[in-house]
Amino acid sequence: MDINVFRGLMTIVLLLAFLGIVYWAYSSKQKKPFDEAANLPFADDDENEKNHNQDESSSLEKNKHE
Amino acid sequence: MSTAIEHPTYNYKVVKQFAIMTVVWGIVGMLVGVWIAAQLAWPALNFDLPWTSFGRLRPLHTNAVIFAFGGSALFATSYYVVQRTCQTRLLSDGLAAFTFWGWQLVIVLAAVTLPLGLTQGKEYAELIWPIDVLITLVWVAYAIIFLGTIYKRKTSHIYVANWFFAAFILTVAVLHLGNSMALPTSFLHSYSIYAGATDAMMQWWYGHNAVGFFLTAGFLGMMYYFVPKQAERPVYSYRLSIVHFWALICVYMWAGPHHLHYTALPDWAQSLGMIMSLILLAPSWGGMINGMMTLSGAWHKLRTDPVLRFLVVSLSFYGMSTFEGPMMSIKTVNALSHYTDWTIGHVHAGALGWVAMISIGSIYHLIPKLFERKEMHSVGLINVHFWLSTVGTVLYIASMWVNGIMQGLMWRAVNADGTLMYTFIESVEASHPGYIVRWLGGALWLLGMLLMAYNVFMTVKSTASEKAAAQTA
Ligand code: HEM
Ligand code: HEM
Repeated sequence: MDINVFRGLMTIVLLLAFLGIVYWAYSSKQKKPFDEAANLPFADDDENEKNHNQDESSSLEKNKHE
Repeated sequence: MSTAIEHPTYNYKVVKQFAIMTVVWGIVGMLVGVWIAAQLAWPALNFDLPWTSFGRLRPLHTNAVIFAFGGSALFATSYYVVQRTCQTRLLSDGLAAFTFWGWQLVIVLAAVTLPLGLTQGKEYAELIWPIDVLITLVWVAYAIIFLGTIYKRKTSHIYVANWFFAAFILTVAVLHLGNSMALPTSFLHSYSIYAGATDAMMQWWYGHNAVGFFLTAGFLGMMYYFVPKQAERPVYSYRLSIVHFWALICVYMWAGPHHLHYTALPDWAQSLGMIMSLILLAPSWGGMINGMMTLSGAWHKLRTDPVLRFLVVSLSFYGMSTFEGPMMSIKTVNALSHYTDWTIGHVHAGALGWVAMISIGSIYHLIPKLFERKEMHSVGLINVHFWLSTVGTVLYIASMWVNGIMQGLMWRAVNADGTLMYTFIESVEASHPGYIVRWLGGALWLLGMLLMAYNVFMTVKSTASEKAAAQTA
C-alpha cells in the first residue's frame, strides 16, 4: 500500500474511533452507570467526615447571611 | 510526620509524607526560581562561582518545581484519590514507602549533581544516567501500585480521575525510557543514542508530552476529584469527561514539533505539529469548562471558600495558557515569540497559574482530612495566600508578555538599508524593568508558600498535641 493511502486510511479510522467514543459516551444506555461513577468521590465518606462536611456547609451558610 | 493514628482502611501515611514534601519542595524550587529571576535583573548574584551560575541553577529550578514539587503533589493526590474512589487500600505499603524514599533520593541527587555541572544536557531530562535508572525503578513501582490498586478495587467503575492519573503514569514511563536512551562512557557521563534532527525530535516529543502528561494529565486527575469534592457536587458532565480524556490523550502526542518551528526538522512535521496544536485547544477547553461548570449552583461558595478559589482560578489560568499555546504554535506567531520571554510567560501561566494553584488547592483540601481536623489552622491565611499567588502570577506573566513582544519586535526591526536597528544588548537593557517586576511576582509567590508552610505546620501540630493530651489523660 502506498504510504499516503495508508495515512489517509489512518485519518479515517481515527475519526471513526473518535465519533464512536462520542456516540458511546452520549448514548442513553450509559446514563445510569455514568451517574454512579460521577458520585464515586462521595461514596466512601466515613461517618465522621460527613459531619465535617455538614459543619462546613452550615458555616458557609452562616457566613453568607452575615 | 505520621503523628495521627493510621486510618483503618487506607494507607494515609505515604499520602501525608508526599503532601508535606509538596510544600517543602515548593518552597525550595520557588526560592531557586526567585534567585535566578533576581540574577537576570542583577547579574552580580551569580557570585562569580560556577555552582551558583545561572546555567546550573536554572535546571535546578525546573527539576525542583516540576519533579520535586509537582511530582510530590501528584504522588500524594493520586495515592489518595485512587484509594478513596476504589474504596480499597494501596496494593502494597512497602512498595509505596519505596516510591516515597526513592523519589526523595532522586530529588536530593538532582540537587547535588546539577550545581556540580553534571548533566545530560537535555531540557527537563538533565539528570545523569545512574539517576535515570533510579527514576525508572521508582516509576515502575509507582505504576504497579497504582494499577494494582485499581485492579483490586471494591467499586465497579473506575472514576475518571484515575484514568487521567493512569495515563500520566504510563506515558511518563514511556517518555522517560524513550528519551533517556544513552550509552554510558563512565559513571557520570553518557552519550544519547540519538543524533542531529532525530535527537531534537525525540527531545521535544519528550518535552512536549512531559508538559501534556506530567504537567497536565496528572493535574487534570486532581481537578476531577478535588473540584467536585470541594464544591460538594459531582462533576458537571461525566460524559464530557470521557470524551475529554480520549481526545486529550490522542491529540497531545502529535503537538511536539511546535517547539521546533523553523529548525532542521522537516517542514511537514512542523506543519503537522502546528495543526495538532490548534486542535488541542478543543479538548483542553472541554476539560476546563467541565471543571468550571461543576460549580454551577454553587458559585456563592467562592465568596467564602479560598480553597475553592485556588481550584477555580487555576482552571482559568489553564484555559488561558491552553489558548495562548495554540496561538504560539502558529508559525508566524512563533517567529515572533520564540526565544523571547513570551515563552517564559506562557510557561509560568501554566506552571504557576495552573499546576501550582491546583496543587495548592488540593493540598489545602487534603491536610485537614489526613490529620483529622475540620479545616486548616487558619482559613484567613489561605485567603492571603490565594491573593499573593494570584497577584504574583499576574505580575509574572504580564511583565513577560511586555518583555517578550518587545524583544521580538526589536530583534526583527531593520533599517532602510537592511541592517539591524537594535543590537542584542539594547534589547537586554530594555528588558530590565520587566525582570524586576517578574522577580517581585515570584517573591510574592514565595511569601505565600511560606504562609502555607506555617499554616500546615500549625494544623499538623494541633493534631499531634491533641493526640498526646489524649494519651496522658
Ligand atoms: C516563585 C515562582 C517562580 C519564579 C520566580 C520562577 C522563575 C523562573 C526563571 C527566572 C526562569 C528562567 C527564565 C529564563 O531562562 O529566561 C524559569 C524557568 C522555568 N520555570 Fe520557573 N519560576 C517560578 C515557579 C515555577 C513553577 C512553580 C514551575 C513549574 C511547576 C516553573 C517552571 C519553569 C520552567 C518549566 C522553566 C523553563 C522555561 C523554558 O525553558 O522555556 N517555575 N523560572
Ligand atoms: C493547548 C495547549 C498548549 C499548547 C498548544 C502549547 C504550545 C506551546 C508553544 C507553541 C510553546 C513555545 C515553543 C517555542 O517557541 O519554543 C510552548 C512552550 C512551553 N509550554 Fe506550552 N502549550 C500548551 C499548554 C501548556 C501548559 C498547560 C503548560 C504548563 C503546564 C505548558 C508549558 C510549556 C513549557 C514548559 C514550555 C517551554 C518549553 C521550553 O522551551 O523549555 N504549555 N507551548
